[in-house]
Amino acid sequence: MARIALRGVALTYLGLLIALPVAMVFYRAFEKGLGAAWASLTSPEALHAFWLTCVMVAVAVPLNTLFGVLCALVLVRQRFRGRAILNAAVDLPFAVSPVVIGLALILVYGRGGWVGDWLADNGVQVIFSPVGMVLATIFVSLPFVVREVAPVLREIGTEQEQAAATLGASPLQTFIRVTLPAIRWGVAYGVVLTTARALGEFGALSVVSGKLSGRTETLTLRVEERFQAFDLTGAYAAAVVLALMALGTLLAMNLLRPREGVS
Amino acid sequence: MSISVEGVAKRFGEYTALEDVSLKVPSGSLTALLGPSGGGKSTLLRVIAGLEQPDAGRVVIAGEDATPKPARTRGVGFVFQHYAAFKHMTVRDNVAFGLTIRKRPKQEIVAKVDELLALVHLEGFAKRYPAQLSGGQRQRMALARALAVEPRVLLLDEPFGALDATVRKELRAWLRRLHDEVHVTTVFVTHDQEEAMEVAEQIVVLNEGRIEQVGAPRDLYERPANEFVMSFVGPVSRLGGEWVRPHDMEIQLDPVDRGIEGMIDRIIHLGFEVRVELTLHDGRPLWVQTTREQADELELGEGQIVWVRPGRTTSFDQRHEPRAAAP
Repeated sequence: MARIALRGVALTYLGLLIALPVAMVFYRAFEKGLGAAWASLTSPEALHAFWLTCVMVAVAVPLNTLFGVLCALVLVRQRFRGRAILNAAVDLPFAVSPVVIGLALILVYGRGGWVGDWLADNGVQVIFSPVGMVLATIFVSLPFVVREVAPVLREIGTEQEQAAATLGASPLQTFIRVTLPAIRWGVAYGVVLTTARALGEFGALSVVSGKLSGRTETLTLRVEERFQAFDLTGAYAAAVVLALMALGTLLAMNLLRPREGVS
Repeated sequence: MSISVEGVAKRFGEYTALEDVSLKVPSGSLTALLGPSGGGKSTLLRVIAGLEQPDAGRVVIAGEDATPKPARTRGVGFVFQHYAAFKHMTVRDNVAFGLTIRKRPKQEIVAKVDELLALVHLEGFAKRYPAQLSGGQRQRMALARALAVEPRVLLLDEPFGALDATVRKELRAWLRRLHDEVHVTTVFVTHDQEEAMEVAEQIVVLNEGRIEQVGAPRDLYERPANEFVMSFVGPVSRLGGEWVRPHDMEIQLDPVDRGIEGMIDRIIHLGFEVRVELTLHDGRPLWVQTTREQADELELGEGQIVWVRPGRTTSFDQRHEPRAAAP
């Protein structure tokens, strides 16, 4: 009885807070028929927003994966002064509100910020352009790969790597043939979380982008913009696309993942 | 290939792991580094392998200074206590690793791996993953992997330490036979004196970062250089100012010349061996190892007063002062 009750609580909780709202988004998007939703999604602004969202993911995910693995290696395998500071800094994007991150980027890269003025003199506009948006996306999605990979690295230890060295492998060969395969599920999970975060970022982007429809508008920003313009079909349709992209990411993860219990 | 360690020192922060250690390992020999944990034996092995850099001194392998070389170019095979198996690779890929790195032709690799799997009795296991092997099988796989690159020296760090007693005994005997077949210069680390005695031709006793004695198993047992070696390579009792092995004493029911009086506290039957625990007349405890026949013949009983006469005793000129730990 207790087990069934427990299950009931878990399912009701998930149902009310996640499944029902998501289902409602799908329902409302197609309420006025597929045609209306399709027309809204294929407008040039919507297509641009979709493309820009893909750009955010395509830049932020590989960069943060590369940096994340390197950073995890440094944090786990090396002892140096300032390691605790680096460790804490990695978690900063978790702790700080995205809106604050957006404002901080404006302070540094916007007009009047010393890096921003120098860049502007050299013809690079960061704030209110996709460049700044990519920076913001990288910032908010930075910790995931590090935090997924670091515990795996700690767990596998260094003996396998030492064994590879005594067998004649160079550090690079050891990394590719021994370390990387050992941490691959940590990396994969980190990539999925990073992707999900990059897809869904709103707060920091809404500050740095200027929200120019058709120029600096991602799907999340478009959902809000359509909603404010009382175009509910457009808002829900864009939300559906975002939800499907996120679902696709999770599905890819589950397909890639080995069956549990087999290592 | 011979190994020569010359004046090697290694510190980890405040802790001195090795202090001016010099050692010669003859080509083709089977040598044990024996000592208590923290004695420096694993560090010495890792310095030979190039997995640790010494603070001072050199390591010469086959007449060539190996000190500046990284582990991967030293031509050593290394076997870890916890196997260090590549978990994501099959047994075949594990054993083939060193050859794959060296980009040997595929057919040569297959043939060599098959030969090695036969040598370590893992013929039927090529397609398994390490997780599907027992501890003993994993360690044999690790050995085959180390041997695949035809190392100049084979180094084993407590190779049987993580295995249960039965498997450990089996693998010891098997390592001994394997060495007779392969003849590669082998150094292994152990804290188990019985293991060292059984397997090695030469034993190096290490304690607190220094070599206490080097010798054949029998030399160490019969002619220990100091109290530490004497007490480490076998059981020992103290009788007056002298050291004596528990089996080198005789129990008499009547007072005898050189006999020391004591009362039996406990008699422990361990199959063939009988262990008699006594309190000597001066209040000090002593234990004597005797046989079942002798114990029966003398009709020993607890609470009985007997006289203990030592056979061979050993005394050391300078007392073995326990060395002060590094400040």
